[in-house]
Amino acid sequence: MLGYLARRVAMTLPVMGVVALIVFALLHLAPGDPASIMAGDAASPAELAEIRARLGLDAPLAVQFVTWLGQILQGNLGLSLHSHKPVAEMIGSRLGPTLSLAVATVTVSLLVAIPMGVYAAWRRGRLSDRLVMAVAVLGFSTPVFVVGYGLIYLLSLKAGWFPVQGFTALTIDPIRFLRTATLPTLTLSTVYIALVARITRSSVLEVLGEDFVRTARAKGVPEARIVLRHALRNAAVPIVTVVGSGAAFLIGGVVVTESVFNIPGLGRLVVESVLARDYPLIQSLILLLSLVYILINLAVDVLYTVFDPRIRY
Amino acid sequence: MSALTTTGSPPHHGGRRFLPRGHGLSACAALVLLVIGLSALIGPLVIAADPLHIDPVNRLKLPSAAFWFGTDAMGRDVFARVVYGARTSLLVGLASAALSLVLGTLIGLLAGYFRLLDGVVMRVMDGIMAIPSIVLAVALVAVTGANLGTVLLAIVLPDFPRVVRLVRGVILGLRQEAYVEAAISLATPTWRILLRHMLPNTLAPLIVQGSFLVASAVLTEAVLSFLGVGLPPEVPSWGNVIAEGRTYFQIRPGLIFFPGLFLALTVLSINLIGDALRDALDPKLATRR
Amino acid sequence: MTAPAPAEVLRIEGLTVSLKATGQPTVADLSLAVRAGETLCVVGESGSGKSVTSLAVMGLLDPAALAVTAGRITVDGEDVLAASPEQLRRMRATRMSMVFQEPMTALNPVETVGAQVEEVLKVHGIGDAAARRRQVLEMFASVHLPNPERIHASYPHQLSGGQRQRIVISMALILRPKLLIADEPTTALDVTTQRQILLLIRELQERFGTAVLFITHDFGVVSEIADRIVVMNRGRMVEIGSRDDVLARPSQSYTRMLVASVPSLVPPERAPGGGSEVLTVAGLAKSYGQTRGLGGILRRKAGVAALHPTDMRLARGEILGIVGESGSGKTTLARCIMRLVPPSSGSIRLDGTEIAGLSNAALRPHRRRLQIVFQDPFRSLNARMRVRDLIAEGPLNFGVSREAAYARAGELLERVGLSREMLGRFPHQFSGGQRQRIAIARALALEPDVLVADESVSALDVSVQSQVLALLRGICDESGVGILFITHDLRVAAQICDRIAVMRRGEVVETGTAAAVLAAPTHPYTRELIAAAPGRGWNFAEFRAEPQAAAL
Repeated sequence: MLGYLARRVAMTLPVMGVVALIVFALLHLAPGDPASIMAGDAASPAELAEIRARLGLDAPLAVQFVTWLGQILQGNLGLSLHSHKPVAEMIGSRLGPTLSLAVATVTVSLLVAIPMGVYAAWRRGRLSDRLVMAVAVLGFSTPVFVVGYGLIYLLSLKAGWFPVQGFTALTIDPIRFLRTATLPTLTLSTVYIALVARITRSSVLEVLGEDFVRTARAKGVPEARIVLRHALRNAAVPIVTVVGSGAAFLIGGVVVTESVFNIPGLGRLVVESVLARDYPLIQSLILLLSLVYILINLAVDVLYTVFDPRIRY
Repeated sequence: MSALTTTGSPPHHGGRRFLPRGHGLSACAALVLLVIGLSALIGPLVIAADPLHIDPVNRLKLPSAAFWFGTDAMGRDVFARVVYGARTSLLVGLASAALSLVLGTLIGLLAGYFRLLDGVVMRVMDGIMAIPSIVLAVALVAVTGANLGTVLLAIVLPDFPRVVRLVRGVILGLRQEAYVEAAISLATPTWRILLRHMLPNTLAPLIVQGSFLVASAVLTEAVLSFLGVGLPPEVPSWGNVIAEGRTYFQIRPGLIFFPGLFLALTVLSINLIGDALRDALDPKLATRR
Repeated sequence: MTAPAPAEVLRIEGLTVSLKATGQPTVADLSLAVRAGETLCVVGESGSGKSVTSLAVMGLLDPAALAVTAGRITVDGEDVLAASPEQLRRMRATRMSMVFQEPMTALNPVETVGAQVEEVLKVHGIGDAAARRRQVLEMFASVHLPNPERIHASYPHQLSGGQRQRIVISMALILRPKLLIADEPTTALDVTTQRQILLLIRELQERFGTAVLFITHDFGVVSEIADRIVVMNRGRMVEIGSRDDVLARPSQSYTRMLVASVPSLVPPERAPGGGSEVLTVAGLAKSYGQTRGLGGILRRKAGVAALHPTDMRLARGEILGIVGESGSGKTTLARCIMRLVPPSSGSIRLDGTEIAGLSNAALRPHRRRLQIVFQDPFRSLNARMRVRDLIAEGPLNFGVSREAAYARAGELLERVGLSREMLGRFPHQFSGGQRQRIAIARALALEPDVLVADESVSALDVSVQSQVLALLRGICDESGVGILFITHDLRVAAQICDRIAVMRRGEVVETGTAAAVLAAPTHPYTRELIAAAPGRGWNFAEFRAEPQAAAL
């Protein structure tokens, strides 16, 4: 088990390396000289030279990359070009809202989606199955911001149940947190629920076609037990896989949702940094979000061994 | 169940099973898509209103006979902007999906067949896929400056590794197939094995994947514009129209809902057709009901 | 049969099962009965409807594809077709139960086998947890599983095929059902394991007085276990009778043909032929390393030897049989010789040319002289290509003009017993046997010196099998091609091979002429293999029992 974990962690290293390379290349992909991009149009030659020297831009690219990576690995993410505050500090102050939103979304999604998918698989081909799946496709197809504005329009503007925008942290006022976090959570959950419900249905259906399900029927196991005990457990691996890869949708959704609801989280910070062309901040955010995604999928790989005894590397 | 496989003709999993389910739905989806596609194609030729015409007198009008979807903050006709926007959105969707498919298939074929290439290529693809796609796209456009080319790049770069992975998976599976080994034994050149014996098998999954790529590309373009890093604001795209409507959403929700509705309908229709294609082309899933 | 006949356990009257899509019957008007303690064998080739019949008795037909359109099935007096789903569920495992062909897939991979057998008791409301566990452990002992406690906690993938089949059998018999349906229960197993499983079923049947409906395609198995036999063809019953009646005095020509097609274990008289040596294998070995990609840095294990250093010689016009059970290394040997996998060491000399170490590019011109026919004719032909393009592919690769290659394809198609008109068709328009003929024609198109036949007749029905064997023998005698014939089936090897090499665990344990190896085996493993071959007590070709060899 420990050996497996060590191997899996080792396998993420090259992936992280590629991510770092892409993030590094991003700055050099831009037309023109990174120094003038960073300094802005109005910079004097002296300022440019100063930035150049500070960033080591005169060194060969490979050396620059290694230097940059070394800094990052030491936890030195640099200073924001605009606020001149440490990037790490800026990111830290935005973590809370995003984290609470993400945890709430994953919890709500799994609680809704898995029963939905199992139910659809059990009622396969019938009206209820089609209805559930139609809702899932709809959820998957409606853009996050349309869902968000739709919810605001109906539940905030018309019904007046929730505030239109803003965010209160759980630690400050739990009641206000619930009021402000409900709509963003619902918004973020639509895609995730659709994704997980669909894969649950199709994996359960696929397992139901396996030979051992026929064996179970032949020994007189009731259909409900076949679906819940035999099929769902065997379908766990693909479901967990999608929960993991769906985290990418979740992160993308956070960026949009936080903009719609004006929540001061990481997603908004991404948009702000991009609009301000705050390169050190952009680079750090991409690295961080990718790392989160990689770690989630690492956790998923470890979960495989819990659900499937055959996977013991 | 050997009896069943020998009585039937080839593994055409005849329409009977999947036709009743959702057939009407996918026909509707095709119709909706056709209407939206046609209006994107000929709409601009037919409607008189200019999507760029600024008219300060008619700011933020409600929908009426003159302005079907009302007007925006600059008095521009929202209906015209939505129709012209369909053009941009569908163009971006189709072009980026096509690019992803071509690029992904090419790399996937090579990675799947040549083991030496496989390790390196797939690590790079894993790396790209590890960056959440919206974040990567936003950052790319921000760095390179927004125009049609960079928006396409921003959509294709995060998407094409999925095609690579799909094609590579199919090819890896085929390497073990007896008929491919037979071709190797017949001294068939590698390029011919790839093109003649392997590539056709990737077609069905690629068509399905392609439809989902179009849907996701249309969405991504809208998200980019919505966040303010997409195509230049004067270009009428659905995302831009929605982005501009944000300020006045509380008094004129139609500014977001009209283009949003078209966007959702388009993506929904493409996804439904993708589902129907998968049911028709992937016998493994089609038989499971 | 002087004592009063035991009670009928299963009775099928006028059973018709039809495809829902077309209404076409897959089983038509079938009637039979099985008594307590009796074994009724249902024999037939693929498409005979024998499996559909067994599923119908269990009430397990796929409701989307098949429906019973006429007839009655009663098990222990209870009408199966009239039962509600809940009644049917209660009848399963208590009155009737089933053992399936594939022990690999018949068990839930993510639950321990102990829990899966206990589930039978649980869903039928028997005992508390402790009692159920005790009963399962007893049952494991009854099916002779070693160390029942350890097996109880094992997952299916940790057990061998034979052990898994014993688990499935305990599952089927733990509630002492009156009827056991065994659908090709030993087909996926090696012969030595097959023998043990057949003995086990017999033993439990005698102990519990179970009626057994045994579905099989293998007349060897039938001759050993059947009390009575039903022969089926295309959904209809051809003949029913006692074992000796059907095997010794078949009343129908179809039955006659089937029985006579069973290859004999005694090789036919054959002049010691064989020309000059065409293939010489020396010290050929293959081990599979366990490295993978970048992760391999951390997990490089010692290679697993699939093939120990092996020597072998093949002459022109000779058929050399490589016989072995699964895991014997016979297929690895074939794939190394074909250079479909790179050998780890050793030499392969093809008519004097060393090909073991050649690069893929250098090997290409020599590929022409070395061709292969695979096991599964449904997978070895590209479904998207027409027959003429399939057969012409090799010659086209070697620069033959398209017209010449197509003309040659026509000739070859006729040589393998098909007609020239079929050139424009696609593989799916052919039966399995016809496809295998096409695969042979494709291999012959390059006029090879050596032909490797890797289990080439194993997927075919017995009647088709004998035709394809005759075709291969004829081609060998006629063209002088040397054939390396890989098989797990001693009967087939006896029929076609000049010499036989017996393999076990990656090594050749015995080589000799077919007659010598089969009649006077020197290695104990060869003797074990021959002893395990089912149906040694019967001479099928001459429709009589063979007195010298004892039955099971």
